Formats: sequence, structure tokens, C-alpha cells
Amino acid sequence: MGKSLISNNIRSLRFNHDEMTQQQLADKVGVTRQTIFAIEKGNYSPSLELAFRIALVFNLPLEEIFSFELKD
Amino acid sequence: MSYQEKKNIVSLISTLLIFLLYSMYVFQMYKEGSFHSTDVFSFWGSFIIILIVVSILAKIIINIIFNIIYRITTHEKEPSFSDELDKLIHFKSITVSHYVFVVGFVLAIGLLAIDVPPYIMFIVFIFSGVISDVVRMITEIYLYRKGV
Repeated sequence: MGKSLISNNIRSLRFNHDEMTQQQLADKVGVTRQTIFAIEKGNYSPSLELAFRIALVFNLPLEEIFSFELKD
Repeated sequence: MSYQEKKNIVSLISTLLIFLLYSMYVFQMYKEGSFHSTDVFSFWGSFIIILIVVSILAKIIINIIFNIIYRITTHEKEPSFSDELDKLIHFKSITVSHYVFVVGFVLAIGLLAIDVPPYIMFIVFIFSGVISDVVRMITEIYLYRKGV
């Protein structure tokens, strides 16, 4: 629970894509704005399907959006 | 604060208020002798059934009012569907809620085994139902706030 080991750069990617809003991204991938907010904050690790949907929106491979780090 | 957090806080307050007001009303009627049933099982059976019906109706009305106020104050439409995060949080909070209810249920049944009057069993039973619902909502608020 809490901060996940999976981090992402969705916020900056949104900014670089014509300052896309959280709501616009949420509509494109089929979730609520609250979920995009939680993912950006690191409070929720999305399902593999949602991660792929986000990657498709930005037209980038998954590993350029999400990164995984092992912590002790 | 998100829509889901606000909605759960409103539900939490309304659940407690409905239970409190309904209990006070029934016990007032009971003291005045409006209930003629001498059968303890019949009395508590009707208490629980009416509480469930009143709670469902009141929650529907409160939810509609809440959505109207939410739209007016935030100029935002409430989410029309539950996505994967909503479902995950719902499943987790329901699990916690079930554990709480099971503890209350076992306690209520256990009281019967040690010859405690049946009305105590019903009170414990009703409280475990209300507390488990309260715990579900608090868990949802916590998980929306802290993450899963």
C-alpha cells in the first residue's frame, strides 16, 4: 500500500502533448480523472492493459513511460 | 478532495444519521407502547427490515441531492462508471467490512450460547451491520487518499 515501486512520467508526457489534461487522457484510456491523478502521484500502479493503453496514447514503448525499481 | 472521497464522507454521515434517528424514533414509539408485539423476534425482525428499506431509500435521495450539489459547486459531472481503481478499492473495503461483520455475527451468536437475552443478540447483530458499513466507507476514503 502507499507509494509504489513503479514510477512514471505521465505528467511530463501530458505536458509535452499539447498540455493534455488529466480528463482528456482519462477519456482516451477509459478511466476516471481520479485514476490518472492517482497513477501520476504514484498512489496506484495501473493494470497491464491500462499501462498499454496509456503507452498507445503517447505512441511510446511501455518502458519509456513506466519504470520499475526494487527497494529494500 | 475527489468525488469518491466526498461521496463516501456524505454516505458515512448519512448512514450514521439515519441509524441514529431511526433508532431514536423506534425506541420512542416502543416506550410509548405503539408497538404491541410481544414477540421479541417479530419486533427485531421488523426493526431490521424497516431499517434496511429506510436506509436504501434515504441513501438514493441523498445521493441524488449530493450529485446535484457536486455539479453546481464544481461544474464537473460525476463519474458515470467505475474503473479498475474504483473496483479494486471497492473489493478491498468490502473484504475488510465482511471481516468486521463476521466478528459481530459470531459475537451475537456466541451471546446466545451463554444465555444472554435474545434482544442483546439482535442489538449486537444490528451494530455489527452498521459498524461494518462504516468501516467499509472509512476504508474506501483511506484507500482513495493513500493509494492502493
